Amino acid sequence: MPVFSTFSAGGNLASELGLSASGLLAAGGESVAGHSSSAPWILAHAWVLPALMVASFVATLFLGKRMKFLGAEFGIVSSVATMVLAIGGVIQWVRLAPGSHGEEGAKEEALRAVGAGMRSFAAHFAGEEPIKLRDPIERSVSWFRNGSVDIGLGIHVDGFTVAMLFTVAFISLCVHVFSVEYLRGDKRYTHYFAALNLFSGAMLWMVQTSTTLGLLIGWELMGLCSFLLIGHWWEDKSNADAALKAFLTTRVGDIGLLIGIIILFFAAGNTFDMATINEKALHGGINKTTLVVAAVALFFGVMGKSAQFPLHTWLPDAMAGPTPASSLIHAATMVVAGVYLFARLYGVFWQGFSINAGGMNFGSWIGAITIVSAAGLAFVQTDIKKVLAYSTVSQLGYMILGLSVGAWVGAIFHLVTHAFFKALLFQASGSIAHSGSHHSFEMERMGGLRKYMPITYKTFFVGYLALAGLPIFSGFWSKDEILNAADKNGFTLAFLAGCVGAFMTGCYMTRVMAKTFWGENRLHLFHDAHDAHDAHDAPTLITSDTHAQDTHAHDAHGHDAHAAVAAHVSHGDHGDDSHNAHAGPHESPALITGPLVALAVMATFVGFANWPFKDFLFLKKFWFEKNIANITFEETVAAAGKVHPFDWGVAIPSIILAVGGIAVGYYYNVVRQGDFGLIRRFRVFALGHRVLKNKYYLDALWTDLIIGSIKGPIAKMAYWFNQNVLDAVINNAGRSAAATGRGVYRYIDQGLVDGIVNGAGIGASTGGGVLRKLQNGKVQAYAATFLAATGLIAFGLVLFL
Amino acid sequence: MLDFLNGWGLTLIIFLPALTALVVMVTPNKDEENVKIVGLIGAVATLIVSIVTISYFNFDRAGEAQFVVNRSWIDTINSNYHVSLNGLGLPMLVLSNVVILLCIIYSWNHWPEPHNPKAVLALMLILETGMNGVFVAQDLILFFVFFELTLLPMYFLIGVWGGPNRQYASIKFFLYTMFGSAFMLLGFLALYFKAGRTFDIDQLIANVQTAGISSGTQSLIFGGIFLGFAVKVPMFPFHTWLPDAHTEAPTVGSVILAAVLLKLGTFGFIKIAIPILPDAAKDWAPFIGVLAAIGIIYGALGCLAQTDMKRLIAFSSVAHMGYVMLGISTLTSYGINAALFGMVAHGLITGMLFFIAGSVKERFHTLEITRLGGLLETMPRLGWVFGFATMASLGLPGLAGFWGEFPAILSAYNPAEGLNVALFRGLMIVAAVGTVFAAGYLLWLFQRTAFGTQKEEWDGHHFHDVLPSEWIAWAPFLVSIVVFGVWPRLMYSVSDPAVQVITKVFGG
Repeated sequence: MPVFSTFSAGGNLASELGLSASGLLAAGGESVAGHSSSAPWILAHAWVLPALMVASFVATLFLGKRMKFLGAEFGIVSSVATMVLAIGGVIQWVRLAPGSHGEEGAKEEALRAVGAGMRSFAAHFAGEEPIKLRDPIERSVSWFRNGSVDIGLGIHVDGFTVAMLFTVAFISLCVHVFSVEYLRGDKRYTHYFAALNLFSGAMLWMVQTSTTLGLLIGWELMGLCSFLLIGHWWEDKSNADAALKAFLTTRVGDIGLLIGIIILFFAAGNTFDMATINEKALHGGINKTTLVVAAVALFFGVMGKSAQFPLHTWLPDAMAGPTPASSLIHAATMVVAGVYLFARLYGVFWQGFSINAGGMNFGSWIGAITIVSAAGLAFVQTDIKKVLAYSTVSQLGYMILGLSVGAWVGAIFHLVTHAFFKALLFQASGSIAHSGSHHSFEMERMGGLRKYMPITYKTFFVGYLALAGLPIFSGFWSKDEILNAADKNGFTLAFLAGCVGAFMTGCYMTRVMAKTFWGENRLHLFHDAHDAHDAHDAPTLITSDTHAQDTHAHDAHGHDAHAAVAAHVSHGDHGDDSHNAHAGPHESPALITGPLVALAVMATFVGFANWPFKDFLFLKKFWFEKNIANITFEETVAAAGKVHPFDWGVAIPSIILAVGGIAVGYYYNVVRQGDFGLIRRFRVFALGHRVLKNKYYLDALWTDLIIGSIKGPIAKMAYWFNQNVLDAVINNAGRSAAATGRGVYRYIDQGLVDGIVNGAGIGASTGGGVLRKLQNGKVQAYAATFLAATGLIAFGLVLFL
Repeated sequence: MLDFLNGWGLTLIIFLPALTALVVMVTPNKDEENVKIVGLIGAVATLIVSIVTISYFNFDRAGEAQFVVNRSWIDTINSNYHVSLNGLGLPMLVLSNVVILLCIIYSWNHWPEPHNPKAVLALMLILETGMNGVFVAQDLILFFVFFELTLLPMYFLIGVWGGPNRQYASIKFFLYTMFGSAFMLLGFLALYFKAGRTFDIDQLIANVQTAGISSGTQSLIFGGIFLGFAVKVPMFPFHTWLPDAHTEAPTVGSVILAAVLLKLGTFGFIKIAIPILPDAAKDWAPFIGVLAAIGIIYGALGCLAQTDMKRLIAFSSVAHMGYVMLGISTLTSYGINAALFGMVAHGLITGMLFFIAGSVKERFHTLEITRLGGLLETMPRLGWVFGFATMASLGLPGLAGFWGEFPAILSAYNPAEGLNVALFRGLMIVAAVGTVFAAGYLLWLFQRTAFGTQKEEWDGHHFHDVLPSEWIAWAPFLVSIVVFGVWPRLMYSVSDPAVQVITKVFGG
């Protein structure tokens, strides 16, 4: 029985939810006649997308090894299908008539009354045609009941969801294709694909579920996949450590998430439905204090998953996983789950963080600190993946900052653009490792790759410009929206942090370009590259010992070795000796460059989706915004009049800063070739460098101090208490009871009672008759006597109480 | 058929195993196969009878007693043979019957030393009778008899087939539980004398409300019953028998202990202590809640300090049963539903973990964590099954463990009316922190045993991966963990109606 859990006027969602059968397996049909016809098929059946990927996961896991392509075919086919459906979904959504559709419309009417006057964009677009919103498409089945409360499992599809589905499906497809080549020959090729499939399924599910509980499932399943993929090469302890760290750190944030979900469940009247929660949060249905606590609690979950300072430390370590997985999970999609949650429950955060009030709030502080602190760390990394990882942390900071300053659309837009260009950058770095640097991510072994890897270079260059935020490229448009909102909405500090971040981003990315693609190739300087490489010929995987000779032994670089094995075998498979993989850098094959080109196209053009000027050719003004705007956006940002037009006053300084960053980076890394001797000459620089190299000592705090002491002394103390206090009490009680028993036996039984009994032997013959009578009785009588005896004692006790 | 089952269904389920045990004992020991087959047939028959019986169970009225049989038994003390089944007992009954059957299958070709299938089978079947009896008994004396009946077989299983320190562990297990039971019996007797000379649970529930027992006395009676059940659960600080019993017990003993026996305690709280003495339960709830929360963190710390895989899993039971007890202590339907779910989930998951530990022990003859490593490499299937159980145990959503953990935490946010909200919210936070600890000790265990490479001392050894008998025994566990996780209504639709009946007095 379908349940249309749209916003209800009365607010009591539970009362609306019908549930007919209550048998063991009362599975709900997902739609009734007349209903599905009114909503476009793909949108009403969006759950098919994750279902496809999960089915593929199951097939890969159980049949994969027997297949010709070791299970990769399941993933490829299902991700192509998912991609097609996602594109279809976008088309259906864009063409969907505004307002109601089908039965939901009737229920929406109630809401319309509540939100009357706000159903078109606020004054900002005065003079323009008001935009009508499309209602979300919702489907739900009853999942389980607790008393009168029905907990549903459902989907809530709106423009935001559709945008996420498209982004995830696109990048997932690219990664699947890329992985076929990149992981070829890997020992656990099939497992890798299975985890990738499950991950995509979980993510596609998370962005469409209508409840916080449903979201939690996707959220945690992604965490599991992240764990599996980071620890993919678990023979190496450092990889396993990184996997554990990722899982546990995000779990720390999840304490907050759980508590937030629970608070909102009760506050919104026993419901996990996010639309209802937003609705109540924005219309006084939940008191302010509760919202503040809930928002802060949820934000801890966001910080863990979206790697915000100071819970970001797991993300750079997560680079131990295979690079395409890093690209999908630890750059483009999973890490934005926190951002997604923030944006989806925006009503709660809008109130809880008082975003409307301006000034700084918890979210904008954390976002601002994250942007700058992570960008700083990106400067001292020698591993290209780590630079990109810190860059991801920094960019996630922009998204969090954006949401915290009222740039709801800008933040989501940045999420989408970042997903494309960061996925591109990661996969391009994978391409370098695969074909250009003997399977290392150390930038010292690169340089001058522009000549050898033209496609990788060009696509990486696009990603570089997009990330640096140069005009035309996608990152510019989205970052500008965030900075613009920070400026206009009175978040001066956040705005400044964003500007500093823009400068730093241009600078550290130029450093990366200089070290990898420009200048001269340095691979031949590393003789061990070949030695290490030969070692990989062994069929088993090589552990990080190979890298003991590495100049960066203090960091975990296990992944290099493993990517190496995979890539190496792949070259063997080509039978392509003339190509000679080991002679020097060369371009990667089409299965790798193809996804790079596709992503580069997106990274270039996706920014035009939210064209901020008048319609021009095929560019429609605020097309993205108009299509993802939902009721929450409308009742928060739009209602507060915080939708701002493009402002050259913000755009030009931000362009100047980005270009300035690039110029400084170019001067330092290319013109002057790096060494100014600042660190040697000035103590303050030396100190700064040391702090950055040690990652602000956060790892020392989390891993060594907190986790170390819990695992070590605290656990040992608790166990000592257990053995030497609690258990000792029991053992001593047992021992003294036994000792008392012996005493009683020796002195009382043998000494006293036995004496009396012996003396009174005659009396026994008469007493025996009584005893015999008792023995002849039924078993029941025994029990009764026993119980009566105990009962007397009990009765006595009770009487005196 | 229904008439027959109404009269005899539950009785058959209870006594068929005991009857089989008798047959097993008289089967000549010459041909071991025969002994095993007789035992297997008995367990299968019991399961079939319970499945058939349950197929006649009216799920729409799962809150009411069904298949009621009420015959006079010990007239002198007005104790009756009164059995029935409702939504509380049903899942546990199925769990008990399934677990015993699967344990028999698991043991098929590798019986614990000193090899004596006949005795092991007989003991397991007697145990089954005791457990089944507890889940359907409606009379306190009947309940008590079955409750105590479970002690002896387990005592022998540990004491005879156990590890090197088995005598200490088995006596400790026996005496500690007995100690608790004595107080519980005192509580039962006090109820008998104070509330209308009856041991019938339904009558007591009604009588206590009208008998005018002072609240102090009610509290004391509850205290006695609490002690009996708390030792069995076991709750902190009465848990110290558990790690020893588990460490020494043979694999099937550990599995049965974890999967079913511990639940007799929590079941007792839900079935007897709380419904009969609701006011006293309210007085005790904060205390129970605090002990439960301590147990969650304390159990986790205990896990982190372990060097033996099996002992670690045993300690994790203390933490997991802490969630169950936290749910119960809230006296809300959310909490008690979570507790029932948690009982089943913990039974499946921890049972599975003990199976794995047993299989590892059988192959390596050690469970020292530092000597293991690289299980995924040497035995990938076993390794991944272990990984799956680990994930289920740490409460991954989508698997059964989640539904025992999350709703229990949830319920603590809004405890029953009259309970200290601030205190329980504090407990909620502690419990939420406990989820991180759980992930910590479980993943750390998994990392040390399954990741990495095999230790050098095992070079040259060949270890066979999961065996057919192991697959047969494990598959139902693995499938159920997923099915219950994905479709929680399977459990809720059975338990919720019965739970609603209990929590009605507490206003929800």
